[in-house]
Amino acid sequence: MRRGVWLWAAGLATYAFLYVPLAVVVLFSFNDSELNASWVGFTTRWYGKLLGNPDMLQAAANSLLIAIASSTIATVLGTMAGISLHRWQPPLLPFLVLTPVAMPEILLGVSLLLFFRQVLDLTLGLFSILAAHITFSIGFVAIIVRARLAGMDEDIFEAARDLGATPWRTFTRVTFPLIVPGIVAGFLMSFTLSIDDFVITFFVAGVGVTTLPLQIYSMIKVAVTPEVNAISTLLMALTLTLIALALRFAPETLRKSA
Amino acid sequence: MPASFSRTDQGARLTRWLVTLPPALFLVVFFLIPALIMAAASFREPGEFGGLAPLAERGFSLDAYRFVFDDVIYAWILAKSFAVAGLTTLLCLVLAYPLAVLIVRSPKRRRDLLVLLVILPFASNFLIRIYAWMIILGPLDLLYSPVAVIAGMVYVHLPFMILPLYTNLEKHDPALLEAAQDLGAGGWARFWRVTWPLSLPGVLSGSALVFIPVLGMFAVPELLGGTGDRLIGNLIKEQFLDNRDWPLGAALSLLLTLAVLAVAGISSALTRNRGQT
Repeated sequence: MRRGVWLWAAGLATYAFLYVPLAVVVLFSFNDSELNASWVGFTTRWYGKLLGNPDMLQAAANSLLIAIASSTIATVLGTMAGISLHRWQPPLLPFLVLTPVAMPEILLGVSLLLFFRQVLDLTLGLFSILAAHITFSIGFVAIIVRARLAGMDEDIFEAARDLGATPWRTFTRVTFPLIVPGIVAGFLMSFTLSIDDFVITFFVAGVGVTTLPLQIYSMIKVAVTPEVNAISTLLMALTLTLIALALRFAPETLRKSA
Repeated sequence: MPASFSRTDQGARLTRWLVTLPPALFLVVFFLIPALIMAAASFREPGEFGGLAPLAERGFSLDAYRFVFDDVIYAWILAKSFAVAGLTTLLCLVLAYPLAVLIVRSPKRRRDLLVLLVILPFASNFLIRIYAWMIILGPLDLLYSPVAVIAGMVYVHLPFMILPLYTNLEKHDPALLEAAQDLGAGGWARFWRVTWPLSLPGVLSGSALVFIPVLGMFAVPELLGGTGDRLIGNLIKEQFLDNRDWPLGAALSLLLTLAVLAVAGISSALTRNRGQT
């Protein structure tokens, strides 16, 4: 029994390690002081200041636009890749799909920077960020969709064929409805990845376009201010909502991704 | 009959191409080709105002590599990156193992919630998780130190260790532990002789998932570390964005890629070995 107690103590300590730092960020976003040091009193003025900051609003608008566009395209391409991986196991496709997910982000970032600037001679901006976000999101969607397909009973596709359904009809009436939850979860996942991405965006954004993470980075490089706490809290609320939605649509992604 | 067969065959082949080609082409253009260009760029000369020198004038050279191998600072920083990645992995393992065991020993209906609680901090932006440590360590006078770098690295990567460990431990047959107990094994013996060896594949995949991203990380040392805490990721970032010596940056990226491949290779070889025994 004593071992059980130790285990609980160690486990709770790790949970505390995971949550206390974030709780501190949220707490100080309501603190009526310029310094993130001691509690002075409750205020929401940092949120007000945030909403009056045009740079921040522009960055938020950019992030949202990029996240919607990149996750939509990545969901279409990733679903195709997931189906292809499951059905036909083409050579090379696993390498193309999974490597961008597994390698350190900085490598994808600098190689895309080199590609856009040196080869395409492109002005960095919305397009380069969009292409980069789609590239790292495809793999995540494909993995989720493939997991969904792998969890299904192959007999139903055979039954559809035996009943005379064409491959297209089998897809629209049987396969697609069954993988929809995986597709939705994949979309939400890539949306979250896009809106949160810092490292890759940092290399391909150029000077003209900022996103929320880039804006946060330039703020915390200079100083620690409660405004950052406020934007952090809002972002956390947003991603929490997205995760809750993803879990509602495809509870098994929790287990599959683990 | 044969005619119609071949028509559906053709249809099937067409479908297969139509579904496979778009994502494959996209990834060839935006992942594979840039990766190959990066490899090629490491053998070029730097341009006068950044970028690469024209190929026709300066051609290919080994200068970037010569530079890297001549100056001991690069080997030293690469070694330091490995040390930081190793220490981070070890600390993650020490923190993650008890928690993973705790989750597995909990009643089934509570497990999903406990796993979710591990994933949720992920829901906060990566920079916010680093920023949280700036707030905490600032007043303690630990900010911009190696301690801060390690704390940030562990914090950002911990879930990558917990999840694979949990998935592995969940598959263990409790009868094995009972059998060990019946044979007179104490708590520690049961852990070291049964649970630990069986969990090694989970330990290995968790370690790879922590070690590899830490190896290439630049944001944590940049925000939490001092000037002496730069790692290979910071060197790469500096060459591409500040010094603008792209061939040198590409050469360092290629070395990082080789290091990552070596780590991934070792990890999967070890996993395969264990699978056979």
